Amino acid sequence: MAEPSTISPAPLLKDELDIVIPTIRNLDFLEMWRPFFQPYHLIIVQDGDPSKTIKVPEGFDYELYNRNDINRILGPKSSCISFKDSACRCFGYMVSKKKYIYTIDDDCFVAKDPSGKDINALEQHIKNLLCPSTPFFFNTLYDPYRAGADFVRGYPFSLREGVPTAVSHGLWLNIPDYDAPTQLVKPLERNTRYVDAIMTIPKGTLFPMCGMNLAFNRELIGPAMYFGLMGDGQPIGRYDDMWAGWCTKVICDHLGLGVKTGLPYIWHSKASNPFVNLRKEYKGIYWQEELIPFFQSVTLPKDCTSVQKCYIEISKQVKAKLGKVDDYFNKLADAMVTWIEAWDELNPSGAKSAELSNGASK
Amino acid sequence: MSLSIKDHEIDIVIGALRSDLTSFMSEWRPIFSRFHLIIVKDPDLKEELKIPEGFNLDVYKKPDIDCVVGTSTSTIFSGYSCRYFGYLVSRKKYIISVDDDCYPAKDNKGILVDAVAQHITNLTTPATPFFFNTLYDPFTEGADFVRGYPFSLRSGVQCALSCGLWLNLAHYDAPTQALKPEERNSRYVDAVLTVPARSLMPISGINIAFNQEVIGPALLPSLRLGGEGKFRWETMEDIWSGMCVKVACDHLGLGVKTGMPYVWRNDRGDAIASLRKEWEGVKLMEEVVPFFQSVRLPREATTTEDCVAEVANVVKEQLGSKDPIFARAAKAMVDWVMLWKSVGSSTSSPGA
Repeated sequence: MAEPSTISPAPLLKDELDIVIPTIRNLDFLEMWRPFFQPYHLIIVQDGDPSKTIKVPEGFDYELYNRNDINRILGPKSSCISFKDSACRCFGYMVSKKKYIYTIDDDCFVAKDPSGKDINALEQHIKNLLCPSTPFFFNTLYDPYRAGADFVRGYPFSLREGVPTAVSHGLWLNIPDYDAPTQLVKPLERNTRYVDAIMTIPKGTLFPMCGMNLAFNRELIGPAMYFGLMGDGQPIGRYDDMWAGWCTKVICDHLGLGVKTGLPYIWHSKASNPFVNLRKEYKGIYWQEELIPFFQSVTLPKDCTSVQKCYIEISKQVKAKLGKVDDYFNKLADAMVTWIEAWDELNPSGAKSAELSNGASK
Repeated sequence: MSLSIKDHEIDIVIGALRSDLTSFMSEWRPIFSRFHLIIVKDPDLKEELKIPEGFNLDVYKKPDIDCVVGTSTSTIFSGYSCRYFGYLVSRKKYIISVDDDCYPAKDNKGILVDAVAQHITNLTTPATPFFFNTLYDPFTEGADFVRGYPFSLRSGVQCALSCGLWLNLAHYDAPTQALKPEERNSRYVDAVLTVPARSLMPISGINIAFNQEVIGPALLPSLRLGGEGKFRWETMEDIWSGMCVKVACDHLGLGVKTGMPYVWRNDRGDAIASLRKEWEGVKLMEEVVPFFQSVRLPREATTTEDCVAEVANVVKEQLGSKDPIFARAAKAMVDWVMLWKSVGSSTSSPGA
């Protein structure tokens, strides 16, 4: 359903939002996004060989960081940033100075809605982030703040103000985000279903957060968006966004912030090799059976009033409870602490604002 | 439609609050005609029912209801609650129920929605309440579980309740509809999803289906507003019943789905006129929601009847003193379980 253009358009937020793009190949995909992305500042995180030159299309305002830059800026703390994995994108979140982040993969293109119109994914994410979430009671008509919808009968009025939205999780048409076993069984399956809804994921419910088409309020939740230790030298890959998503959701639930999923869609063009994926995910498939009950049972003490405090607390529990699953989790717990230290170093006033905005948020 | 489900396992229960069901039944004929229907006439409705020919149905009116449950008990089936009598006497595994002012809807491609088939599909494929799947129903054609969804949770649990949605007149409360008198729901969301465990939602009775064998007793008439009337805006019975169902399902490890199918809900009633009556319901929800969010059922409650009895107990203890309406609801729930057990074991048939 096309949104009526008479309704006031979402603010551009062009000075308040950075677009973070990890890449190891090229940035040709930006040409298609130009009408929507050009007003914004880009942070390109170049993975892999730092001596390679990644060409950024003309006309974009950007900063680019390769591995040498990451090492230079973070020093020994750069150990927490993954190498040879798109998890390195979280370095972009850390160095950004903006309130909002949108991150997108370099194989994601502009999708069309059922009426054939190009979808401005960024605009929809901004709307999602600027509108409250409703995690305490499920609205059967989905997003009640959308044009043409509202809260249904029985929805308590005291819950209708909602809470601030920290995360907007978008979806993908064409190549779906399946794990390797599913890809192997269904190599030809394409997601052709356009589900015209945005909804808040209820409090207490975990979800698999995909980093392909994701936006968040960096001031509200930034420090929780650590994408873990993946890729080169690590026993696991393709669980970076999952890890960040579980930590983020637990912290959002604790701090009374909202996570939305649904629109906007992007067009995911590239199917990664399922055999390569299987090798990367293999351990994750087993480990997630321990990880999910772990995250479902995490409780954070009342004095964890900032994202950083929550995150450090989770890292302690990771070490205590998951260290015995595999030594990897000991390293990951340490890396989580390193990440927060690095975040606070690079964002000294940001640390304060995370606490303040959480304290002040209703 | 699942090929393994036989038509004879399904009852369609319609509570008739209007006497002339001609256009309702005619519109639904392509979808309903295969099935057995139970039509329950609101005991307060004076006019004779007008029902077109050609359906396999049983009609229950006040005398029939009195016969089965007694004249003093039959008052619980007044108004929208008349459909619960249909649930009580049904012997089928699956029950589908829509309000008598709802008609078949069309999907985004203009094709008539077979609400029965969709409800049955929802009920006969697993629900996934323990972890949210971002592609919604993983068992639907063209979708699956996404990366990061634990494999041990992929077999899901049995779905006990399927809550459908409505195009045109949405299920708003009276204040909302009064503020937006022109607003109609025109958004067809092509999804079914499981409502996560421990998440509550306002379940509407307008378009639902359930597995009677696993959850039957939890769909019950109990919360009756002082000024309860003959418009959905003037009731809360389905919202209350839905809370009981969800709490029971969460406790018993059963699933609740929401989303498709859509029905087309006709314009009816005056929201502003209903405002005064429904205000009572709106105020009550402020108590009802936190209450149900806090209910924890004991391990010993292993059946739906146990769950209902336990909830009734807690309602009486915690809410009974706040408003007599809750004390009455608790008693009604206890009475309902007894009624369910007694009527469920007898074979009843309607009068002429």
